[in-house]
Amino acid sequence: MNDILVRAENISRTFNRRTIFSEISFSVSAPGSISITGKNGAGKSTLAKIIAGVLSASKGEIIYELDGKKIDDERRKAHIGFVSPYLNLYDEFSAMENLFLLLRIRASRNQFSGKIEPLLRRFNLWERREDAVRAYSTGMKQRLKYVFALAHSPSVLILDEPTTNLDNDGIKVVKEVVREQKRTSLLIVATNDSAEAAWCEKSIQL
Amino acid sequence: MKFVKLGAAVLVTFVIIAGIAIPTSSSPSSLFQFPVIPGLEERARNIFFHVPTAWTTCLAFLVSMFFGIRYLRTKNIEYDIWSVSSASLGFLFCFLATVTGSVWAKFNWGSFWNWDPRETSIFVLLLIYGAYFALRSSLEVEETRAKLSAVYSIVAGLTSPFFIFVMPRIMSGLHPGAKGDSGGSTPVAQLHMPPNMLTVFLLSLLGFSLLFVWMLNVRVRLAKLEYQQSTHHA
Amino acid sequence: MFEAVFANLTMMSFSTATYALIEKDVRSELRTRYALNALLMFVVTAVSTILFALRSDNPSVELLSGMYWVVIFFTAMSGLSRIFVSEEERGTVLVLQLIASPSVVYFGKLLFNSALTLVLTTAVTVLYMLFFPGFLIKSYDILFCTVLFGSLGFAASATIIAAIIAKAGARGTLYPVLSFPILIPLLMTVMTATARALAGEPLSNAIGELQVLVGYLLVMVAGSFLLFDYVWKD
Repeated sequence: MNDILVRAENISRTFNRRTIFSEISFSVSAPGSISITGKNGAGKSTLAKIIAGVLSASKGEIIYELDGKKIDDERRKAHIGFVSPYLNLYDEFSAMENLFLLLRIRASRNQFSGKIEPLLRRFNLWERREDAVRAYSTGMKQRLKYVFALAHSPSVLILDEPTTNLDNDGIKVVKEVVREQKRTSLLIVATNDSAEAAWCEKSIQL
Repeated sequence: MKFVKLGAAVLVTFVIIAGIAIPTSSSPSSLFQFPVIPGLEERARNIFFHVPTAWTTCLAFLVSMFFGIRYLRTKNIEYDIWSVSSASLGFLFCFLATVTGSVWAKFNWGSFWNWDPRETSIFVLLLIYGAYFALRSSLEVEETRAKLSAVYSIVAGLTSPFFIFVMPRIMSGLHPGAKGDSGGSTPVAQLHMPPNMLTVFLLSLLGFSLLFVWMLNVRVRLAKLEYQQSTHHA
Repeated sequence: MFEAVFANLTMMSFSTATYALIEKDVRSELRTRYALNALLMFVVTAVSTILFALRSDNPSVELLSGMYWVVIFFTAMSGLSRIFVSEEERGTVLVLQLIASPSVVYFGKLLFNSALTLVLTTAVTVLYMLFFPGFLIKSYDILFCTVLFGSLGFAASATIIAAIIAKAGARGTLYPVLSFPILIPLLMTVMTATARALAGEPLSNAIGELQVLVGYLLVMVAGSFLLFDYVWKD
């Protein structure tokens, strides 16, 4: 069912004429996983953002295919879950408000609202669900990002520095999530940590 | 480009000489006499210099916008160099049009500035050019700067029909073509000029346009060299 | 071109998403009062400054309608950029980029800004009616249409410029600099139309101005909509 494929074709990105990386190509299909590794400043986060479609490549193209058919830019949003240190949720809202509002902006509340409670329980945020995100610790914010990223059952999960700020319990849950994701659909991890990179079958070095 | 350069030099030289040296006469008998226009007299000569600078200002803006659109479509930084070079020339010509117009207005209409619709439009164009460069200087990443300034010049361009077609008809003004003008209010003033004046005027428009093309070419070549020389600043 | 953009979304999910985005912004605004309180205090401050300046005079309708829109312009410039700047500053842009299409974001933000501008113009109108004896609205139909279309056109320009400056440094000062030239045709038109409303002219006299306002609104919304993609995605 989740026969999704992500293919990068000669992706390059420059900022102010500094080439971050060039001619990156790879292809990964579900079920599967790929890690993006490299030194600080090699452009791991940049590439993760380009794959997630929130940053455009200077050259090249990211292609998503579902059952052999290309998915256009708008529709692919429904397939992508993204966790990144650069991502922030609205801190004046509670976890519940954030998750429901964002699902509604996706126009897919009815479909997925049932998933929110189990996810919040799993990431141990259920007790604090009505608190404003402002009052959360950084670790709790990171857990909430996972709930946000998983709430719409994405077939491509992109994790940038997946375990930042997480305690041991949090890391354990993330590892479970990762295991499930790569068994059924697609996982992309950008990381510095060789243990995290080892979660994935394939790897690209920037 | 050699012909453009030569053409511009010949035409502008001719216009300067002809526009200033041909005498006016109350009963023009030869090709080398301009008629005396009541209320303008010798001051009519400004049309050979002021109108072409204003024309070039608009041309430069359109060229800048055109390359802005091409940049957005191709993301080729070269088009941004064309766009910004044209805008900076436009700014120069806009300044010249404002000054030549304003000095002339002092002697013909009695004050340097009257807020007539065309004066307002050129003032707004000055503001737009100013805002365009202010925006560019506040953006540090080259790609973002090129992209957002292109968008801004297009948004600004969208308002131009309101200045060219709409404002002169709503507001009364002093320029030909404004509301209340005996020749009727039209977007572009009708030319009631004797053939010899009209010839000089049209040659002047052509000469200034060629001058602009040549200056733009030089500027772009210079900007490209500077671009290649400068190291990236991240 | 419009069909191409919309084809990817069903109309249903487009409106659901846009409505949800507006609700998010309204709830956020009601909770934090970032823009609203500042805007209303700014209105009070500006109106009272004008009251001090004009307390003993009996200003003309032209002056009053000019002052009325000056207050609206500067107040809007102090608050309408928040809609994008706050997302950019808090790093929540990424969330919206992940979940919403640019057209949803554009229309959501445009409608929110339109509502905010209408609240603002209503507040200014009420204050003017209360405190300026000369601000007597004699043609309610003209004033209503002028304020409605004027505010919407205002919000349309303010929204695209806000999206641009959210990506730039020196945001606070840049906002009025970039917006003013774009807004001049609108400002000149609404000032004339408001003066007509105060002078008690019939609606038919203001048809020309109202056509300009509607035209401006349509051009701005269509243009911004097509350009927004470029601004929104880094």
